[in-house]
Order: sequence, then C-alpha cells, then structure tokens
Amino acid sequence: MTVTQSRATERKDDRPLPGHRVRLGTDRPLRLGCGAELHDFPVAYQTYGSLNRDKSNAILVCHALTGDQFVAEPHPVTGKPGWWDLMVGPGKTLDTGRYFIICANIVGGCMGTAGPKENNPATDKRWGVDFPVITIGDMVGAQALLLDHLGIEQLFVVIGGSLGGMQVLQWAATFPERVFAAVPIATAAHHTAQNIAFHEVGRQAIMADPDWCGGDYESNGKNPHRGLAVARMAAHITYLSETALHRKFGRRLQDRKAVTYGFDADFQVESYLRHQGITFVDRFDANSYLYITRAMDYFDLTGEHGGVLANAFRGTKTRFCVFSFTSDWLFPTEESRKIVHALNAVAANVSFVEIESEDGHDSFLLEAPEFHRLLNGFLNGAAEHRGLPRAG
Amino acid sequence: MMAANTARSIRADLQLIADMIEPHSRLLDVGCGDGTLLEYLDRHKHVDGRGIEISTQGVDACVSAGLSVIQGNADTDLADYPDQAFDYVVLSQTLQAVQAPKTVLGHLLRIGRRAIVSFPNFAYWRLRWNLAARGRMPVSNSLPYQWYETPNIHFCTIKDFVELCDAMGITIERSISLDHKGTMRRIGSIVFFANLFGEHAVFLLSR
Repeated sequence: MTVTQSRATERKDDRPLPGHRVRLGTDRPLRLGCGAELHDFPVAYQTYGSLNRDKSNAILVCHALTGDQFVAEPHPVTGKPGWWDLMVGPGKTLDTGRYFIICANIVGGCMGTAGPKENNPATDKRWGVDFPVITIGDMVGAQALLLDHLGIEQLFVVIGGSLGGMQVLQWAATFPERVFAAVPIATAAHHTAQNIAFHEVGRQAIMADPDWCGGDYESNGKNPHRGLAVARMAAHITYLSETALHRKFGRRLQDRKAVTYGFDADFQVESYLRHQGITFVDRFDANSYLYITRAMDYFDLTGEHGGVLANAFRGTKTRFCVFSFTSDWLFPTEESRKIVHALNAVAANVSFVEIESEDGHDSFLLEAPEFHRLLNGFLNGAAEHRGLPRAG
Repeated sequence: MMAANTARSIRADLQLIADMIEPHSRLLDVGCGDGTLLEYLDRHKHVDGRGIEISTQGVDACVSAGLSVIQGNADTDLADYPDQAFDYVVLSQTLQAVQAPKTVLGHLLRIGRRAIVSFPNFAYWRLRWNLAARGRMPVSNSLPYQWYETPNIHFCTIKDFVELCDAMGITIERSISLDHKGTMRRIGSIVFFANLFGEHAVFLLSR
C-alpha cells in the first residue's frame, strides 16, 4: 500500500485537498455487501493529534451523510469551520492533546475516497452510477483496512452521529475486539420507513433533473445542481425541529415589508432553505448523495441478526454510550432505546442519556453543553479503564 | 476511583449495602440516583457496576462521573436483562416508588444471583405516632414529601416485606434494620422490634 500525503481529489481549482490519501485493497480486495469487490481503491482521511506509543489513544470519527473528513479545520471547498469544530480540537471534548483523531471520507463519498465521483480503474473514466451500491458494512470495512494500514489494532473510541452512528453500531457488531468504546449518537439500528421515504424524495429530485443525464452528467458537461439542491432542502427540514424553525424564522419576511403575491422567497425560511441548497451543490456530488442515502436505507442491523438486535452484540466487551435528543424526530429517542434494550439484553456495559434540546436531529453538531459534559465524563471514565493518562 | 481522591463517607444504609458486596463482582444498581454507591463500589471494591436511573439529573451526574448508567425505569427496563447476568442487583430506597414492587422483586432475583433491597419501614414508631396521634400522613427527614407530591406509592413495613419474600419463595440471607441514629440491628426471627424501631431495612436476598 502506498500513502500519498497531501494529494487527494482534484477540485475545481485543481489544488489538491489537504490531508492524506491511501490506496487500500491492494493485497486483498474489499468484498462489498452487494457481492462486488473493490480493488486498489483510494481512501482520503484526515488526522488530528498524535498517536501514542502503544497506539491506544485513537478515536475514529464517523461522519454523517453530507459530512467529510474535514472535522476540525476550515473546509477546503467552502472555507467554513470543520463540521465538528465544536467537538474536536485542543482542550475540547475530543481533545487532540490527548487523543489521535481519525476521520476518513466514507466509501461512496465525494471527497477523495472511492465513490461514483472517482475514476473506475478498469475504464479510467468516472464510475458514475456504475459504482457498486454500497452499504454501511462496506464503509466500515474500508475503515478497518485503513486502521490496518495505520497499524492500529484497537480503537479507543468509535464515535459518530446519524449515519456516523450507524457506522459506530456496525463497527461494534463486526469488529467488537477492535472497539474499546463506542458512542452512537442520534442514530438507529435500522432505517425506518419514514426515513427511507424522505431519502426517496431526495433521490427522485436528483434523478428528475434533466441534467442528471442518467447519472452520466460529468461526460455531458452538466451537473444536476437543481435536483441536488431540492434534495438538500427537503432533507435539511428533517434535521431541524418545528421549534427551531419557529425560533429562527417564524413567519418573518425576507427583506420586504409585505408578501409579494408571487413565488419569490418571501419568507426567511424559504430564503434560508434555498441558500442551504445552493451552497450544498458546490461541495457535494449528486451521485454520491444517491449512493449514501441508499446505504442508509439498506442498514438493518436487526434484520442482519435474525430479527434480534441483541444478537449483534452478544459477548461484547465494548463500553457503549448512547445519546439521543428530545427534539430529534428523524432519529427519535425510541430508536436509541431499542439499541439500549438490545445491549441490556446481553448485559453489555452501556450508558444512555436523552439530551434536552430544541435543535432537532442536528443537535449533536451544535452547541450543546450538557451533551459535551456527559460525553467528556464518559470518555474520561473509559480512558481510565483503558489505562490512558488523565487529562492534563 | 473516579472523582475525588479522598475517601468520601456514604450514607449508613449505603455503607451497609456496600459491605455486603464481594470485591470484583458484577452489579446492577436499580435507581442509582447520583451514583454515590456505584462510585464507592468502583473505587473501593473494583466492582463492574451498572446503573439505571429515572431522573435526568441523576443520570447526568453518573455519566459525567464516568459511571455506566442508563436513563430508564425499574418497572419497564428490567425485563430486557438476561437471567443471572449479575452477581448482585441492588434496589436501594426505590422499592416504594415502583409501580409493581412484586414484579420488580422477581426481576431482581432473575437478573442477579443475589438482590439487595433497602426501603423505609412504614411501621417505624415515629411514623406510626404521626399517623395515630396527629392523624396525618407522616412527613419526616427520610420521607420528606407531602402525600400529594410523593413519588413513593407503595410503602411497606419490614413485616410486610418478610411475608412477601416468604410468599415468593425468596431466601433472606441477611436482614438488618437501621434506627434514626444509623445504629444497625439484625432482624431476627421475631420481627416485632425491628418493625417498630427500624427506620430503614436492608435485605440480602437469594433464590
């Protein structure tokens, strides 16, 4: 395997992305859930902090649907702060002075890891929709190969919210001996019918855009940015809560004193959503959006284990800390409770807290002092059991 | 082990429970409050401890201190746990607050090889006196709630509890009463005195 520092996917301005990129599956291919195999494929990742001598302080952060490996630094495309800047950094909850933080762009993503936006080595052309349909298990499989490459036998913690939380659960189920502690946040052991339904709306919006060109927009010199923006707008609503929307926007009008009796963005909330949609298309690939939402839809850890979720965790020694948020209606507390019940059924070591919050599903990404304090407590407890030095 | 360096003294009834527990055992504390007992056992007996707590503040305190505690409810969440998963299941000052004490008691001894149950004795003479002389529901330091706001919905006496254990075929391995000064007395075969002078009782149970 070869590592190329500071060389990742080309961007519009052709400057390489920051971070690392490695080719994995060179000795042995990654066998995918769909039966296909990925040979010699790229994984782009970023790290913060340093790995200690016995390689026991590594924390794998699993990013969500529209996240990427740029957790705690300005985003190379948008210039905005890292998506978990509030969480990761020196002296923060995921303290880069104590822990070695790793975040890899997921398989199917569009920031340098193998996905529809990358070239198919067999044809040297973009994969597009010829890329095999991937699963959460495939994302985790690729991350496991990355850990092999980094020589990390066991992660101190695997942590992530939403899709990231699904990866955390998959990690704990597939590689229990490689996970000392697991923190699934605002997630579920399977994607619900309602969530599959929302994803289908997003995918249909993309595929209904004539510029999607059956997935081959690149070679047609097009980009289905309108479809992708609509997908993002619809999804973004599900990440918030009615309370949050009301607090932020109410029925306030956008730069005008009265409604215009037209279809401009009269309301602030419309203007906000349009902005969310437009800025998203600059940094995200439409086909990636199809693949990743599909992977989430297919996720069913319960189904994979004969309809009994507890079977996924039988014999586990991993310490779990499950978090949910009161106003999250996309991944409601009930879904977290199912995970906790399954872990209790195998007498696993588990903590569970429902955090009071008005910010909906996105709560885990925002200022949430109680969440950070509790997570910090859990990490300190786990660090002590793992024999890591106390916080300085 | 977790927070303080100095040995913190704990409430007499918790100390009594702690003294019943073998080091390095697996333990579930149902209604663990702010985690005082779990933290003490973790530090002094290296117990592999878990907790269930209904209040947000309690769970908050526990998880912040690095204890393994879930937000949950004795009435609904015990059914999930497998048989004989723990050496001890502790129900401290919680029995009187659950919906179905008999079912909960059954779960304790299904999940744990032993159960430790502590509760306020409603036949304690000061409570009897309150009720008999003043005609009012007792309010005391250890039972500080007015009747209309108390979470305690299933009070029992030491005698009641002993009879329930008998009826359920539960073995009482040890039973101790504590008076208002924290003085411990073994509850003997004649329950009368303990039932009158014991403010709290702690039972070590097995099947």
